[in-house]
Amino acid sequence: MRHVVWSLLPVCAFYVYQYGLSALASLVVVTASCLATERFFVRQGGQSGDIGDYSAVITGLLLALSIPPGFPLWMGAVAGGVAIALGKALFGGIGFNVFNPALVGRAFVQAAFPQAIATYTPSFLPGRFHELIPSSMALPLMQPADVAVWLKAKQLDALAGATPLAKWKFEGILANADELLTSLSGHMAVGPSPALILVCGAYLALRRFMDWRIPAAILGSAGLTAWLLFAFNDVRYPNPFFMMFSGGLILGAMYMATDMATSPVTPKGMWVYGALIGLLTVVIRYYSGLPEGVMYAILLGNAATPLIEKITQPTPFGKGGRGKKSASYPLHPGYISREDAGAVTPKKRFLPNKPKQTERES
Amino acid sequence: MKLLSYFRGEAFQRGVHPPSCKLTAQTQIRRLPFPPKVVVPLSQHIGKLPHPIVKVGQEVVRGEPIARTDDWLSVPHHAPVTGVVEFIGLRPGVRGPWVESIVIRAHPGSSQEDLWGQPRDLSTASGADILQAIWDTGMVGLGGAAFPTHAKLTVPKQAKVHTLVVNGCECEPYLTCDHRVMVEQADALVAGIRYAMRATAAVRAIVGIEDNKPDARNAIQEAIRRAGSLPEGEIHAELVPTKYPQGSEKMLIMALFGVEIPAGGLPVSLGMVVNNVGTLAALGRLLPAGRGLTERVVTITGPGVARPGDYIVPLGTPIRFVLDYAGAPDATARQIILGGPMMGQAAASLDVPITKGISGVLVLRGEDLADRAGLKTYPCIKCAECVESCPMGLNPSQLGMLAAKREYDLMGSNFHLGECFECGCCTYVCPSNIPLVQQFRVAKQILREKAVAKS
Repeated sequence: MRHVVWSLLPVCAFYVYQYGLSALASLVVVTASCLATERFFVRQGGQSGDIGDYSAVITGLLLALSIPPGFPLWMGAVAGGVAIALGKALFGGIGFNVFNPALVGRAFVQAAFPQAIATYTPSFLPGRFHELIPSSMALPLMQPADVAVWLKAKQLDALAGATPLAKWKFEGILANADELLTSLSGHMAVGPSPALILVCGAYLALRRFMDWRIPAAILGSAGLTAWLLFAFNDVRYPNPFFMMFSGGLILGAMYMATDMATSPVTPKGMWVYGALIGLLTVVIRYYSGLPEGVMYAILLGNAATPLIEKITQPTPFGKGGRGKKSASYPLHPGYISREDAGAVTPKKRFLPNKPKQTERES
Repeated sequence: MKLLSYFRGEAFQRGVHPPSCKLTAQTQIRRLPFPPKVVVPLSQHIGKLPHPIVKVGQEVVRGEPIARTDDWLSVPHHAPVTGVVEFIGLRPGVRGPWVESIVIRAHPGSSQEDLWGQPRDLSTASGADILQAIWDTGMVGLGGAAFPTHAKLTVPKQAKVHTLVVNGCECEPYLTCDHRVMVEQADALVAGIRYAMRATAAVRAIVGIEDNKPDARNAIQEAIRRAGSLPEGEIHAELVPTKYPQGSEKMLIMALFGVEIPAGGLPVSLGMVVNNVGTLAALGRLLPAGRGLTERVVTITGPGVARPGDYIVPLGTPIRFVLDYAGAPDATARQIILGGPMMGQAAASLDVPITKGISGVLVLRGEDLADRAGLKTYPCIKCAECVESCPMGLNPSQLGMLAAKREYDLMGSNFHLGECFECGCCTYVCPSNIPLVQQFRVAKQILREKAVAKS
């Protein structure tokens, strides 16, 4: 778990560089809120796990990266508390949660504060290291200050505060894929840099702290679905690269969907799970009222995980699995198959491999 | 990484690569002196207990039969030392419970020469005669399972065996007894292979050796060349890529032939019989001399041993005596494991004897275990490492969660617990330190007892 935190640090650092003080405050407050809630439940609730396992830090950092940098800090604290309390502690602590805690927290604030969570600010604003975005410091239970007014004072139109996905959905303006990927061009309201997340995620996958199959399946499935629709009608639908690199898809695929406790353990199941999330993301983005769909797609994928696991259990050795293609020795030509010889396979006397019907009925 | 192994065409799917730690791979096999007393447990294998045919106070010579049996799945025992039978009754057993044993006090100064046994000529003996001769030696599988060898070499009526697979993998870390036997007793091994081929009517034998032991392969190929052309058929020595648990017969057959033994079946259902190199080398030595099994090669190793090595140990030697001789001080030794570190079990007491199924004694000190001492067991976070390491293609994560809830029947019926052969890969890779394989052992034992109670 420590390695996941370390691999997230470059992403966080670049995020702070993009958005300045507000982003830093958001990261710190949300993570602190998660840690405090975790500590409360571990101490008071006799839960498994402890703060030292870094899982609450991961939840906090991911949650902070997935909400706008100018999100009011008190709302961020609420999100962190809800994430750990409802997303994790309620189910019994680490390992037992059904849904990704960070996304539970985000879903909560998305429902509770729809206005605030849709208010993005452009990156690389001048003076970002000296002042906070005014909405950050909203008093608890108060409406945040209007960011549009603040942006106007900085000679930027309000549209700069919309995310590329919202711009495409509501204004029909497409951003270039390379700009999205690096997030280096100024005045774009994008989240953390997808390119950096890809690099850090690749490090995790190589060190085998994360399974490469899930991000591969999500990005592949989202890209394929978007490409099919694009090929069908390239006016109505944007190109697949825009779909893959915009919004939170990369962050979700690399860090949120791969949460071990909420994703399938079976290799086949990982492919199914990833494909489902990728497909749902594109469908929600195109056909729903929301500009972004990654969060709900992953939550639905989490909910489907037990079912996916059930139908993708691995085939045990010797039960119809494939043999190797090349081998040092062939079976001997004199080999007579058991059926030819009429031999009876000696059965193990214990452990019947199928439940006996009579037992169930009685 | 898994992808790479797929393209390399690995021996079998999944499995792990633990550090090999073969401290004693280049040390010659040495002989241990007689202990003052040996304890021969009557139960060293499955099957019914053989009954003792000696009385307290009776003098026995080394190699003399001391217990006999009529049960096909059981074997006789022979006196490992020359001396006087001192006691017949309960003594601490290897697994913990006390077991019926014969205690023999050794004559001081008696030689380690086998005094019992009639040399015979088996060059024209039939398969059945050889099987009977193997039964008389009291031989069981020396690799660890201790299954009676004559029963293993017996081909069921409707089956036909074409290949004898000789298991020289020794995939467990630390253990080197099979390695040294292959290097030093290659001629005896080839002789044993020939007997086994005649007993099973196999037309070829393949010795599977992991590729970290090329010297063993060379030694065996030399011995095959020395033996010249054989009437029994051809013998090959084959290297297979090193990976744990290659020593399992199903994995070795997968590595050599690329076929899966059907679940619940034995290698004989594909026309093969698998035997360990130590077993066959001992057979090659004992059969022509007409003697019984009185000693075996044991690897005494680990960081806690001053003179690690492979020792020829008379059966029944107490572990305390063996460790004293190899230089393992009691004060610093923390854990003594019988067998290898992956599948072995901790010794119940220092008074338990070396039996036919013990291939190694591993001594670990407190400081070797220090980095594991403070480790807690965390809840399963479903990281799927165990699923990716299980050579049998099971789902240990799911099985572990069921075991914690004592859903043993469900484990057996829906999640193939019966296929688990307790190799320990899942426990080895688990980042949460969950004792998975230990839980599975308990679950299998309970299911076994339930099945016995039902029948």
